[in-house]
Amino acid sequence: MSRYFTKDHEWIDVEGDIGTVGITDYAQSQLGDITFVELPAAGQAVKKGDSASVVDSVKAASDVYAPVSGSVTEANGALEEEPELVNSDAEVGGWLFRVKLDDSGELSGLMDRAAYDAYVAEL
Amino acid sequence: MNAHNPSGWRPAMGEGSDAECDLVTHSGDRALMVEEPLIFELGGGDKCGVDFDGPEEPPLASLEPFLRKEAPVLPGLTEPETVRHYTRLSRQNYAIDLGPFPLGSCTMKHNPRLNEKVARLPGFADVHPLQPQDTVRGALEVIEQLADWLVRLTGMNAVAMSPKAGAHGELCGLLCIRAALEARGDAREVVLVPESAHGTNPATAAFAGYGVESIPATPDGRVDLAALEARLGPDVAGVMITNPNTCGLFERDMKAIADAVHSAGGFVYCDGANFNAIVGKVRPGDLGVDAMHINLHKTFSTPHGGGGPGSGPVVLSEALTPYAPLPFVARGPDGAVRLVEEEDGAAELPGSFGRMTAFHGQMGMFTRALAYILSHGVDGLCRVAEDAVLNANYVLRSLEDLLDAPYGASGPCMHEALFSDAGLAEGFSTLDIAKGLIDEGFHPMTVYFPLVVHGAMLVEPTETESKAGLDRFIGSLRDIAERARSGDESLKAAPVFAPRRRLDETRAARKPVLVWKEQEG
Repeated sequence: MSRYFTKDHEWIDVEGDIGTVGITDYAQSQLGDITFVELPAAGQAVKKGDSASVVDSVKAASDVYAPVSGSVTEANGALEEEPELVNSDAEVGGWLFRVKLDDSGELSGLMDRAAYDAYVAEL
Repeated sequence: MNAHNPSGWRPAMGEGSDAECDLVTHSGDRALMVEEPLIFELGGGDKCGVDFDGPEEPPLASLEPFLRKEAPVLPGLTEPETVRHYTRLSRQNYAIDLGPFPLGSCTMKHNPRLNEKVARLPGFADVHPLQPQDTVRGALEVIEQLADWLVRLTGMNAVAMSPKAGAHGELCGLLCIRAALEARGDAREVVLVPESAHGTNPATAAFAGYGVESIPATPDGRVDLAALEARLGPDVAGVMITNPNTCGLFERDMKAIADAVHSAGGFVYCDGANFNAIVGKVRPGDLGVDAMHINLHKTFSTPHGGGGPGSGPVVLSEALTPYAPLPFVARGPDGAVRLVEEEDGAAELPGSFGRMTAFHGQMGMFTRALAYILSHGVDGLCRVAEDAVLNANYVLRSLEDLLDAPYGASGPCMHEALFSDAGLAEGFSTLDIAKGLIDEGFHPMTVYFPLVVHGAMLVEPTETESKAGLDRFIGSLRDIAERARSGDESLKAAPVFAPRRRLDETRAARKPVLVWKEQEG
């Protein structure tokens, strides 16, 4: 399994042709307490770079952009009752949705952990 | 020396009472500080403020299914109990009549009492929108005269008076743009919104059925003209630009932006919420704007922020005027003002996109705004803009050594001063500063907006604060900023003097309790 990151602070774990998407620990720390997560429906088609989900915090509502194109296979229903999981466990239990990739070639434009950490250190 | 109080003595705040005193009163109140219960917890259902007689005749059989089976759940209060409840609650509120309200982007200025006097004249206050036009000539004259002022002040061609608030005005402007594009058979799909625009702009564009694309800001906090030009094309219906923008800066490239948008076949919507900073100085029509709403409740001082309804007339360019909504007021050749509704509109404004509101707009706001404009005159309105900008720059320059001003080097600000949380001690945030201001007796500034600045604090003092008042506010904010920079832990507990300490805003958002329910048992 490989993990990739976007400049918009999403992460995606890819196993076969299924990717699990969430926001990074850095992103949740910047947003503050998450109060609500609007999740995509299973079957919904998403396009790389388009808004696929919305995360509301006490400070702002922020779009979560699809790191890859594909169709949503499932969303993390636990977040409906416990949006705070995104704060406490952003990069594991606080995942947002899973997507079946259209084209794994799109992953080549994303960052690995080291590159993302360096990117965040610059901000 | 004060001639009215030669000795200068007065009792100190809290002397021998208040915080140091641990007396617990039977009522739970502390003199004028009351612990007000919810209205449902006050009464018990055994009282009523009004005596109702039972029906004289039994209800019609046909109404039988609709008869109430159980008593309604209402608080049982006498009239004085009801009046006292709301008056006591109102004393715990903070309002512009109690102190400065420096909410950036909101223009919370003083509401002159003259406006209120005029708005309460029976000929304006006690009219109904369905009255025969002959009986409301004065009210129609007010709408027409105000419309004329708005058109002249903005250098535009016409104005739609009916939109009820800023965002409603935005929608009106975009519906005009859509109608104009459809009339030339040119359906377009995208509206461009710069990062420095108001948050309502992308929402409005989406509501009007357009896709929204963001245009980045330059490092000095303005629209990136090159990025905008690069994105323009046959699919772009228009741009929505806030000018002055939410970084408190004037968009210097506005004319170039408008020219570029026009040559690409699109329209320019300007969010005029910040018109207060440029009224009498700049005419948006000269900058190439096609549509702009004016928040009467900001620039022209009608009550705001819980004090009254908004009103968002939209001024229109010649290109968009044929698509304006109905109804509107028009002065006939005989000099009389009349209302043009659907019956005449089909002939007089065939391109109109239709009706947005049941009636003609917010009459109470119109009379207040016209009273404000006439009492200031053109020269007075220029001074409004000058003093609003002067006050904001005074705040900016008086604080920038302690609070980071991310665009402090971009030149003078307009009507609002923007700060970030850079330079605060580890663990201290914009929220701590806002809560500290409550202890100092001020309403906090706008926080965490605009989003382009980390931990944003947006201060809009408006022109109605005196220098002495500004100095008090600045002194308080400097004190708090120093505490936040030095890591004074006591600031994390603020507010300590408010009726309630720091509230759990996260819990309120995650698990809101929105309705009262009777306790079980």
